[in-house]
Amino acid sequence: MSEKKSIWSKIGNTLIKNNVTVLFVLLCVGAFFASTYTLPSLFTELFTRLGRNTFLVLSLLIPVVAGLGLNFGIVIGAIAAQIAIFLVVHWGFTGFSGILMTVLICTPLAVLFGFLVGKLFNSMKGTEMIGGLVAGYFSDGLYQLLFLVILGGVIPINNSTLMISTGMGVKNVINLKDNLRYAIDEVSMLSIINVAFYAGILIGVILIVYRLIKKQDLQLKKLLTVLIPVIALYGISYVPAIRTFLSTPRLMLLNAVELGVIGVALFNIYKLIRLTAIEKKQGVPIKQLLYIAGAGAVYASTYISVIYQSLCAVHLPVLTFMLIGALCLFMPWLMNTKLGQDMRTVGQNRAVATSSGINVNRVRIIAMILSTVLASYGQLISLQNIGTVATYGSHQQVGLYAIAALLVGGASVQHATVKHALLGMVLFHTLFILSPNAGQQLLGNAQIGEYFRVFVAYGVIALALAMHAWSNRGPKKQRGTLVR
Amino acid sequence: MEETYALRMEHVSKNYGDNAVLKDVSLSVKPGEIYALIGENGAGKSTLMNILFGMSVIRDTGGFDGKVIIDGVEARFNSPNDAMAAGIGMVHQEFMLIPGFTITENIKVGREDTIPTLASRIFGKSLEKLDNKKMNADARKALDSIGMDIDQHVRVAGLPVGYMQFVEIAREIDKENIKLLVFDEPTAVLTESEAKGLLSVMRSIAKRGIAIIFITHRLSEVMDVADRMTVLRDGEVVASKNIIDTDIPEIAELMVGRRIEKLVDENETHYTHSDEIALKIRDFQVDMPGETVNHIDLDIHKGEIFGIGGLAGQGKVGIPNGIMGMFPAYGEVEIFGEKLQFSKLGDALHKGVACVSEDRRGVGLLLDESIENNIIFNAMTIKREYLTGLGFAHLVNAKKVRAFAKEMIKTLDIRCTGPQQRVGSLSGGNQQKVCLASALALNPRLLIVSEPTRGIDIGAKKLILEHLVDLCRNHGLTIIMVSSELGELRSICDRIAIVAGGEISSILAPDAPDVEFGLAMSAARVSQEVS
Amino acid sequence: MERMTKAVKNFGLPRIIIIAFFLSLLVAAAVTGMDMAALLGDVVRRWAMYGILVLAMVPSIQCGIGPNFGVTIGIVGGLLAALITIEMRFYGFFDSFANGGAMMQVCIAILLALILSSILGILYGMLLNRVKGSEMTVSTYVGFSIVALFNILWLMLPFKNGTSIWPLAGEGMRTTINLEADFASVFNNLLAFKIGNFEMPTGLLLLFFLACFFVWLFTKSRTGMMMSAAGANPNFAKAAGINVNKMRILGTTISTALGGVGIICYAQSFGFLQLYNAPQMMGFACVASVLIGGASISKARIVHVLLGTLLFHGMLAVALPVANNILPEGNLSEILRIIISNGIILYALSKAKEAGK
Repeated sequence: MSEKKSIWSKIGNTLIKNNVTVLFVLLCVGAFFASTYTLPSLFTELFTRLGRNTFLVLSLLIPVVAGLGLNFGIVIGAIAAQIAIFLVVHWGFTGFSGILMTVLICTPLAVLFGFLVGKLFNSMKGTEMIGGLVAGYFSDGLYQLLFLVILGGVIPINNSTLMISTGMGVKNVINLKDNLRYAIDEVSMLSIINVAFYAGILIGVILIVYRLIKKQDLQLKKLLTVLIPVIALYGISYVPAIRTFLSTPRLMLLNAVELGVIGVALFNIYKLIRLTAIEKKQGVPIKQLLYIAGAGAVYASTYISVIYQSLCAVHLPVLTFMLIGALCLFMPWLMNTKLGQDMRTVGQNRAVATSSGINVNRVRIIAMILSTVLASYGQLISLQNIGTVATYGSHQQVGLYAIAALLVGGASVQHATVKHALLGMVLFHTLFILSPNAGQQLLGNAQIGEYFRVFVAYGVIALALAMHAWSNRGPKKQRGTLVR
Repeated sequence: MEETYALRMEHVSKNYGDNAVLKDVSLSVKPGEIYALIGENGAGKSTLMNILFGMSVIRDTGGFDGKVIIDGVEARFNSPNDAMAAGIGMVHQEFMLIPGFTITENIKVGREDTIPTLASRIFGKSLEKLDNKKMNADARKALDSIGMDIDQHVRVAGLPVGYMQFVEIAREIDKENIKLLVFDEPTAVLTESEAKGLLSVMRSIAKRGIAIIFITHRLSEVMDVADRMTVLRDGEVVASKNIIDTDIPEIAELMVGRRIEKLVDENETHYTHSDEIALKIRDFQVDMPGETVNHIDLDIHKGEIFGIGGLAGQGKVGIPNGIMGMFPAYGEVEIFGEKLQFSKLGDALHKGVACVSEDRRGVGLLLDESIENNIIFNAMTIKREYLTGLGFAHLVNAKKVRAFAKEMIKTLDIRCTGPQQRVGSLSGGNQQKVCLASALALNPRLLIVSEPTRGIDIGAKKLILEHLVDLCRNHGLTIIMVSSELGELRSICDRIAIVAGGEISSILAPDAPDVEFGLAMSAARVSQEVS
Repeated sequence: MERMTKAVKNFGLPRIIIIAFFLSLLVAAAVTGMDMAALLGDVVRRWAMYGILVLAMVPSIQCGIGPNFGVTIGIVGGLLAALITIEMRFYGFFDSFANGGAMMQVCIAILLALILSSILGILYGMLLNRVKGSEMTVSTYVGFSIVALFNILWLMLPFKNGTSIWPLAGEGMRTTINLEADFASVFNNLLAFKIGNFEMPTGLLLLFFLACFFVWLFTKSRTGMMMSAAGANPNFAKAAGINVNKMRILGTTISTALGGVGIICYAQSFGFLQLYNAPQMMGFACVASVLIGGASISKARIVHVLLGTLLFHGMLAVALPVANNILPEGNLSEILRIIISNGIILYALSKAKEAGK
């Protein structure tokens, strides 16, 4: 009896663990064939959305680790970003300096908001998720009060492009076309390399001076291994052909894939040589060979015409994807610090954390601050790409879609990783793009597809929450140790 | 002349309100010594440990008198963290481990070793990188030193219970300055062979010069490993001895003692044996966490007061909970010849069994409801009394309820402002009387009272016990009384079963000698050795 | 003084602020020379209009699932019921009744709503039994999903009557459906009378009180007491032989069914049936109302419904014209609604945990 049950529960568990993701893959494939989309057109839209929203989804990870569940309160981070954008546009900053100014304003705001939300959550342990949702609505109310009444009504603001003609309240739409639009997306690789070069040199010099003063080991070798590639890149960027390539504002996905393939291949060849020639390891280094073969296969696949066309259709905003990549690397790095370990401990068991001297409330507040700040950056990235701010709407659905995407990737209330976020983004947004079109084709009504995707977003969250509550009740039964 | 002690507690006294729980307790533990602390539940062991660890309960209830001296220096701990910093560690009965973490992570939790990084220099220490290499090495060392050859990278989640205990120990001895380790009933959840392993680990830890306080009910284990022991009873030290100067029967007798409190005056001679069996239990098992009942056969006769005693965690409370259907139960139970169906919720109630739960506030009462509603609740739901039919609905008949509640308030002397007072605002004793009234409202054939006098004052205690005796002797009600207080069981019961390890270790007459009670309580294993 | 602070604490600071705010709004209205009689009539109308929806919170809180954010499930059930009766009228079903059969139609609608919402409520209750401890979050999102699911249903319903469907497309329900030809204001106008500009929606008010009375009666019955015991202390209930899960399903079902009836009463008073995303946030407004009335996450009584609905919706009824008077632009009263309703829920959530310690 009990054996049978355990097999069933095993099957059930694996299904429960991955069913959402599996179902989504099926839905996406089905919707793709039902729709009139081609792979290149899908790719173009998908990558636009990935660039826009991935950062926001990644901002959800820290609270999950710290046991606060899915942070429905990232809306509040988005609000911080929109306040900053309004001010920056009002003051007339443009371009990348405008972005820096926005960051400068929204960071302290988001820190403050995150701190307040963290405080609030500490007084409602166990109901953070519904609390976060309600807190999001609540701050939306305050935000509307600020933007509709206080701005112009209490604080005089003289700006006819931003304000409603009566002078009180901000217009429905803030247009970013002439100031912040693409300010992050279209920073060319050349500028990135230039900045990296100067920053690298500067940090190098400071480190050497610091170590000289403190009479520490200079660690020149380590420093040089980092600096030499940077300098080399900088040097190469003066080659005219490369210079024109680098100074285009965006990078064709095909080129990105080519660069990636070359990078992987070169790195592994270097390793191969090192292993066989210098370290004289016995046996065939299968791992490296596989990597090289894989890179070759990927490169070969770009000659398939559909893939080629798809890759040519997508032009990546370089800095945006670099920032996303940096955040993806930041997460595991953070988890490997004392702070990250404290967060994990608090997330796993607050009682144990307290008894081992961890300040639980403080760790939770830090987690909320980090999440809110990252969410505000995410919203900034998203809005500069869209190019317009719907003053009273842009922030509202941020939490819903980010959380749904994360859950689709296979994350749960207690466990979420970068992988879940990335996979979820691809799946969720693929369906999001396809469903109105598929609805039109299948049922003759695009509206149905649109409602369907909203239903899917809410449904996925409801399902994940229900499953979390379900599985939470299970373990309690285990403690009885009946000897039969 | 003065010996160095790892820990000295001198003249420690502690009151909770008017209730003295520790009276002038002194003990001293040498480095490398295993010191057993023995006593029944409520003898004051846990209060003593709370004082040692600076738990906030102590401070919140007015502190304590006396001194705690560690390594010759008087210590005043404000929190368990202070105690930890001073080198005192505790191996809990309930594991303080994180299942999702590896053994290393659990050993190092909160005390991770780190390496400074560029980010940590700028943003502060909490961004220092974890030094996984060192932590794993340390964990390995700690595990090796207690003879555990399990891989430190394994997650705790799937480990057997016995291993978890060792991880806890490894965590404690990994602390650099550990001087004193408290083992709080460490063998309670272990199998026999696991327990043996644990004892030998304790010995090896002691050899390294760490002092150990060993709290346990298992007297054979005390004889096995301890060097000295102290027996606490009712908050007082009854004896402190070297283990070689004593034996199990003596400790058992010291532990139980004879309380000379005559709670109920009984003029009549004890009951005349009735042949009718009120409750027949065969091969009874209850899966109640912490109070598992493993295998019990019992016959309880009509018209007797049957006592069930034993230490906490041994399973005595599991018996009423199993019968009432609060936890999964197996086996056969017959109530006046009718077979009880465990699958049917509330079946025992329908068959005429009423129960006063040991968890008064958690199970026994609706704290936000009035006294009268609490009293009639079961009678209303089970027997459909106190209702007025309205054709489609059954409304509660407020008048009948009020009258009955008033009657019960009078007979049981419930001190309240009226039948409409909220039960949550009553004192413990009066709440207990409401529980009893609620059970009596059912007009039961068999009444089970579980821990009826826990946490209530002496006056209420006396009244409740007297009422129980009256119900039995004059109204022929069969009563089962489950209690940790041996004294009160012995003062009113006709027969007393002692439960240990989820089984009945013996059924004794109330006037049986103390030694027999003591031995029965400290597990069957011991009594085999003696006989 | 200490007694005062304790009394304030018991009553809850937010409640006092809201009452004070309500009163000051009334004063402001009087000072700015508004038609007080009409205004008070509006307060009473909105009180009765929202009343039954708020009443739906009582059985859910009493049976232990907490404030029913998912009352939207009952609401969509009620909407579906109303749509069915409109279609029935289209086929001449009510023609033979007096006065165009509006009263008959609304009664059928309520009956249908009870049936449909109860079925949904039973399923919903079964789900909530599996997610004990996180009912609020789960019910919120289940409510949202149901609204989205019904959005698809509204598009695909095979109804033919011109009142409900889009005139151009010839299919799919309209976003707002005018009930003028159906049962708009039938309860409001029943036994209605006028004192000056003060209009008394007698029928609706009576219906609201009747619903309250029935729920009150239920709480005094054997089943009702068993249900609230199951909610207040599941262990106690179990020891008393009560099937806690059954009681929770019962409470959830009653709550959902009341939601269905509530939306019909609301719609007949409002004059329109609002489909699609309109019901999405209604659960929040209901939860906020009962909390303002003095309920907590785990305790609610009829008094809380009466007081809370009067305060919250009465306040909004007054705030709208007053705010428009002071600040013609800016959707001040809407902002007020958002801030107050969500603020009170946050307050209740943070209090709930403190009490739990």
